[in-house]
Amino acid sequence: MNTHVIDSFILSLVVFVPLGGALLLMILPRRERDIRIFTLTVAVLTFILSLHMPIHFDYAQHDFQFQVNAPWIQTPNIHYHMGVDGVSMWLVVLTTFLLPLCVLVSWHSVHERVKEFHILLLMLSSAIIGVFVSLDLFLFYFFWEASLIPMALLIGVFGHDRRVYAAVKFFLYTMIASVFMLAAMLWLYAHVGSFDYTDIQRAIATKAVDISGAGKWLFLGFFIAFAVKVPLFPFHTWLPDAHVEAPTAGSVLLAGVLLKMGTYGLLRFNIGLFPDEAHRNAPWIVVLAIIGIIYGALVAMVQPNMKKLVAYSSVSHLGFVVLGIFSFTTIGLVGGTFVMLAHGVSTGALFTLCGMIYERRHTYEITEYGGLATVMPVYATFFLVITLASIGLPLLNGFVGEFMVLSGAFLANPVWGIVSATGVIWSACYMLWMYKRVFYGEITNDANRKLRDLNNRERIILWPFAAAAVIMGVAPLLWTRAIDPAVQTILAQVMGR
Amino acid sequence: MIPQIQSADYIRLLPELILIVFGTIVMLAEPMVDPKSNRKSLGLIALVGAVLSIVASVYQAGYMGDAFSGAIHVDKFSIFFHVLIGLITAVVILASFEYLEVQQIKYGEYYGLILLAAVGQMLMSSAVELVLIFIALEISSIATYILAGFRRRVAISIESSVKYFLLGSFATGFFLYGIALMFGATGSTDVYHIAASLSQGASTLAYAGVALMFVGLAFKVASAPFHVWTPDVYEGAPAPVVALMSTGPKAAAFAVLLRVLFATAAPGWFWLIWVSAILSMSIGNIGALVQTSVKRMLAYSSIAHAGYLLMAFAAAQDIGISAAIFYTAAYAAMNVGAFALVAHLANVGEKYVTLDDYAGLGRRAPAQAAILTVFMLSLIGIPVTGGFLAKFYVFQAAMQSHLTGLVVIGVINSAIASYYYLRVIVVMYMRDPVREVPVLRMSPGLLVAVSACVVATIYLGVLPNKVLGLAIESAKALVR
Repeated sequence: MNTHVIDSFILSLVVFVPLGGALLLMILPRRERDIRIFTLTVAVLTFILSLHMPIHFDYAQHDFQFQVNAPWIQTPNIHYHMGVDGVSMWLVVLTTFLLPLCVLVSWHSVHERVKEFHILLLMLSSAIIGVFVSLDLFLFYFFWEASLIPMALLIGVFGHDRRVYAAVKFFLYTMIASVFMLAAMLWLYAHVGSFDYTDIQRAIATKAVDISGAGKWLFLGFFIAFAVKVPLFPFHTWLPDAHVEAPTAGSVLLAGVLLKMGTYGLLRFNIGLFPDEAHRNAPWIVVLAIIGIIYGALVAMVQPNMKKLVAYSSVSHLGFVVLGIFSFTTIGLVGGTFVMLAHGVSTGALFTLCGMIYERRHTYEITEYGGLATVMPVYATFFLVITLASIGLPLLNGFVGEFMVLSGAFLANPVWGIVSATGVIWSACYMLWMYKRVFYGEITNDANRKLRDLNNRERIILWPFAAAAVIMGVAPLLWTRAIDPAVQTILAQVMGR
Repeated sequence: MIPQIQSADYIRLLPELILIVFGTIVMLAEPMVDPKSNRKSLGLIALVGAVLSIVASVYQAGYMGDAFSGAIHVDKFSIFFHVLIGLITAVVILASFEYLEVQQIKYGEYYGLILLAAVGQMLMSSAVELVLIFIALEISSIATYILAGFRRRVAISIESSVKYFLLGSFATGFFLYGIALMFGATGSTDVYHIAASLSQGASTLAYAGVALMFVGLAFKVASAPFHVWTPDVYEGAPAPVVALMSTGPKAAAFAVLLRVLFATAAPGWFWLIWVSAILSMSIGNIGALVQTSVKRMLAYSSIAHAGYLLMAFAAAQDIGISAAIFYTAAYAAMNVGAFALVAHLANVGEKYVTLDDYAGLGRRAPAQAAILTVFMLSLIGIPVTGGFLAKFYVFQAAMQSHLTGLVVIGVINSAIASYYYLRVIVVMYMRDPVREVPVLRMSPGLLVAVSACVVATIYLGVLPNKVLGLAIESAKALVR
């Protein structure tokens, strides 16, 4: 047992340091450079703080760690209850890892309303981290909804041409879906008398509260909120719009961690709270996931727009996560969680790369490019590494997770495994084909002849991404060591019905 | 029996007395000030009156009990509403300084009437005798009828006033008729006597009485199907008056509704409330979707919020009442703030009140846009704001009473509602200006007013324990 002094409030620190930074920013004078440096400092500080968790994580323990539990509101009984297990801990670290990179990515691409941009960025990350660490349903919903507005504003104010449409669509989709989750949470509170995750879990598991009649609706209430966020086919239509229109930093956070709020929710709530219902509904959810994998990949293949291609590839990758989760095998769940992390890194990197070329040429159209490898060799190399990581080349991060998910799917049902395995092939097709069209061949467009290669700032951004992709691929055990016990705990519930 | 009036009785009426005195002073002083001046001095007198009445309301906590032969009952419930109404009045007065100056309205009676309206509203929350409640209702109503027509040179303001007056008198007629039937059924107009009588069984007459009283009050709180006047009246009336109208009399009418329904244990109210709640939410939200005027949109939104509030009424007594009380407070904070800003942005002659006029506000006036955003987020019910917690309590109370259907309709409604509030934010931050719209700097008075509203909105959203505790105690005091 390690009992570090900071253990009891490290989670609060990680959640509220960015928010504190945002509040300080509000009163800071509008000097752009200072604002960027300040935000970067806050972001790096948050990242360093969050590293406390993996360093002092107790791998032998199966319960939530670094817990803090204090009464917040007396009636109704709401607690400020936070804690992490292996899954949520790494999602928090992923968020804090991406945050400083987002600030750096926006260094030159955002030059209007700089202050507002950074305030929103910090607020958004506070809300996202809050979602991952909340163990009180009210607190969870609080952060869940709080993440909506900053993201919608980031898209709507700092995005590209059709930004308003995309922002409103994003907001309405998620808002409408999440009110059903609210109704389900209120039902649970009315019957259990507590918003506490562990209390509710215990009450349902021990049948202290009978959910045989309402269970189906409760499951659906949570499911719809998370399925839209993931997004699972057919709820995915907001995603390409939001991604294409969002500024680069917005896309990185959106794909990197915001979507994971959905898959995390499925894992934590749909499976954690309603194991019976999860089992019963698994077949059709898996079918949706597989449709997502293949449909996302096929649509990605025909995209003329790089950013949209990456966006649709997210639909495909997130399908793997859902498939892994609903395979109800240890390896599938661990794999699903690992894909969440790996996808966060590689897709974050892909959006960053797209953003960098956009800064130079102001277009995402693939046909505008060609032969870039000769003028931008460093850029091409980074792009290749990340592309291969995204496809799932062994020794890079994409491989580990997808392999485990597919193994889990095979164990659960060979047909699922076979069909979804084709997704890996499709992803190689669309990514490599895009790579070929953008980087190889002759330079056909004169505008591309004088493109400068990456500068130091851009290299500093890309090195962490590339390093993470390699380390995660070579030594996945660093991550799965913490994920495994968390997943075991969740599975024990599903199986030990 | 000759009624015994003791000195403590006057303390139990002190806030109202203070307001009457200050209201009269304002009225008498009005002819003495320079006709060309802006009447700010009178406003300051009124402000002092409002603040003193809040102090007096708090002071009443040591003097709870019956007064004037049981016509007035001071308890935690009445004190809560006294303070709330006092605060609303003070903030509205603060917000009016700038408005009257910009609109060139030079009539000091304005401030006097606001104080007198507050007298009626405060009395509504402490009166436990139906006839007195009726008189209080009329005091409040008549003052607001006049206030609605204060933009005298503008036709729609006059229309607003006349419409409000005609329909309002009609509605209070219903209320009076309900009282008469109730008297016939129970032989008393005292709320607690009625309760005792009704506990032995209710006649058809009592049911009719409850229904008619509900009609009268539903009109005052603008809940469907008695909401039709709202958009027109809110559109025409001066914006600060709308801030008052949509919160003060509404809070008071809800207080009366709580007393009439729950303290008397009135029969047959459940389905009235249930139907009215669903209609109000749906009509309000759908109506608001298509509005281009921000004032009209907020009018429909206030209908919808009346619906959410009624949802709490339909819930079981103990939690439902406290949820409703908390909601009135949170709603007052955000709505007064929103209308105060709308009044400011409307500029001379309330020319700029359409959504198009708000385009690009995020650039032209970042602070004002940010503040309005807070209110809009609170009206949607986004966390960190009072609107979120208020809505959450209401839904939770309804769910606790197993009204799952009502909750589902409620949450769907609040999802629909998010669209039109969000549109204001979208227009402010993401659209380019359509035409030249001058934006004034906020005057100190207005700044204090909206800052107070912002602070209250966030405070209720993050640290609700104090106010919620008061709401729960008030609810306990109400049902004896």
